[in-house]
Amino acid sequence: MNDPATTGAARQATVAAYGRAMRRRTIIVIGLGVCCLLAFALDISTGPSSLPLRDVWAGLFNPDALTAPQLTIIRDVRLPYALMAILVGAALSLAGAEMQTILNNPLASPFTLGVSSAASFGAALAIVLGLSLPFIPADWMVPLNAFIAAFASVLLLEALARSRAAGVEGVVLFGIALVFTFNALVALLQFVASQEALSQLVFWGMGSLGRATWSNLTVLAVVLALVVPFSLRSAHAMTALRLGEDRARSFGIDIARLRLLSLLRISALAATAVAFVGTIGFIGLVGPHIARLMLGEDHRFLLPASMLTGALVMSLASVVSKVLVPGALLPVGIVTSMIGVPVFLFLIMRKPERV
Amino acid sequence: MERYSESLAIAGLSSGYRDRRIIDGLNLSPIEPGTVVSLIGPNAAGKTTLLRALAGLHAADGSVTLGDRELMGMALESRARLVTYMPQSLPQRVALTVLEAVIGAERASAVDRTEADRHAIVDRAMDVIDRVGIGHLAMSGLDHLSGGQRQLASLAQALVRTPRVLLLDEPISALDLHYQLKVMKLVHALSRERGMIVIMVLHDLAIAARWSDRIVVLSNGIVAADGTPSVAITPAVLADVYRVTARVTPQETGLHIEIDDTL
Repeated sequence: MNDPATTGAARQATVAAYGRAMRRRTIIVIGLGVCCLLAFALDISTGPSSLPLRDVWAGLFNPDALTAPQLTIIRDVRLPYALMAILVGAALSLAGAEMQTILNNPLASPFTLGVSSAASFGAALAIVLGLSLPFIPADWMVPLNAFIAAFASVLLLEALARSRAAGVEGVVLFGIALVFTFNALVALLQFVASQEALSQLVFWGMGSLGRATWSNLTVLAVVLALVVPFSLRSAHAMTALRLGEDRARSFGIDIARLRLLSLLRISALAATAVAFVGTIGFIGLVGPHIARLMLGEDHRFLLPASMLTGALVMSLASVVSKVLVPGALLPVGIVTSMIGVPVFLFLIMRKPERV
Repeated sequence: MERYSESLAIAGLSSGYRDRRIIDGLNLSPIEPGTVVSLIGPNAAGKTTLLRALAGLHAADGSVTLGDRELMGMALESRARLVTYMPQSLPQRVALTVLEAVIGAERASAVDRTEADRHAIVDRAMDVIDRVGIGHLAMSGLDHLSGGQRQLASLAQALVRTPRVLLLDEPISALDLHYQLKVMKLVHALSRERGMIVIMVLHDLAIAARWSDRIVVLSNGIVAADGTPSVAITPAVLADVYRVTARVTPQETGLHIEIDDTL
């Protein structure tokens, strides 16, 4: 039998190790937040017009020191672009993290499973048909329609994920089918679209921060502010769901309700992001995986960390998109895909050996 | 810790799928607190369905009462405070440590999170982990454990919820002899200590006979035999349910069951 004294010591060591692990995670999350701030500062101080951080800083806090054109660049270009990168990264990555848990699929993200494509289609439909509803501002119309299409697509995905016939691979294949279907539908809309609508639609295919405006930012910030508290409140339930559906339910968690609410959040996040910046690939996949590698799957840490890693990667991608070709502003979607594809491949290749 | 004193009664319980009843109008005389019941029977007899129906995971009709509380129709959240179901296995690729998983089990739903004392929570989780014998693995990731160790972690998750009724679906299927014995002893002892009712699905008749107060033999969704091990496990029942010829000899502890393998 075990000596009680050593058992007690071993146990104290375990409890201490647990305490350290918790502190370490808190520190990592805070560290990620600091990195986001640094990336943001880097983002607002890079661009085709040479305005170093010092001038940008002055423009923010001491506007009189700068000329009017410089102020315009800072207030209407640099700042909204950089903020949009942070918010879009956070939104897509949170959506991806929730999707991976809800669908129990490590390859799930708004982009890989067609939710972004569906949202693009919904947005394109609103633009091409010039949809409008009474009492709903025009700024909200495109994201609203994107949301409806995105929600329809996640409902389809979820129904498939729940039917036992499909399995993990089935859901991924179905998601790929959704990507192609909605891309074809968007192409069809482009074909019939007016010249003006067409140029707007093409911009989606690439995914760019180029249309960030303060009113767009406000919409996205409001959506995030509404979604995040609910998301964090379901963190315990999501962690339990990772241990199997039956087990989570036998702990008293209403899985059907958890799924439905999560899918609503995913749709809102993905749709708003897509409506304003177009299809940004792989952030929703890469962000959560980086967070999971650093922190594990306790969703109390995973969800906020996923938002931060998504924001960080997106912000850095924005910087790269500005400096890669001097003088030109690449659509940021191209950069995120270049980062994302290798990570995606890595995840696929790694899967079999861990089963 | 208080000792539970409610008995569990099952009357007219039916469950299954739309086109096919798996269990049909099942009745069991009250199961007294502190009783260990083994559910045995051939494959597809409805054993898992019965456990899941008792836990509220599978839609069912009929009546399940614990003391004077009717469980059917009770909100899942409240029911899960009384009854815990342990599925056969934990998923493999989950980046959580054993301790995290057990704490998570204790605090999964909102009604479980009334206590704020973090040390007490960690302490209780460690107590259970120590008792199932994987204290040294508390900070290991579930994805680094063997199948048997995961099964022990899974048991710890169920035990930490201090259920009045514990439902175990093949709790020792992945365990070696040492841990089979350890788990059976632990479940038996806890059921006596806490007044907890344990209903478990087992395939090994000798183990079931050794460690159960009562055996329920299920066949095609109905009770084929019910009673103490020596009453429920007889050559006639085994011939009827498993279609095997067997000789059953009572021993000091349990039964000696010898199967005629000529079929």
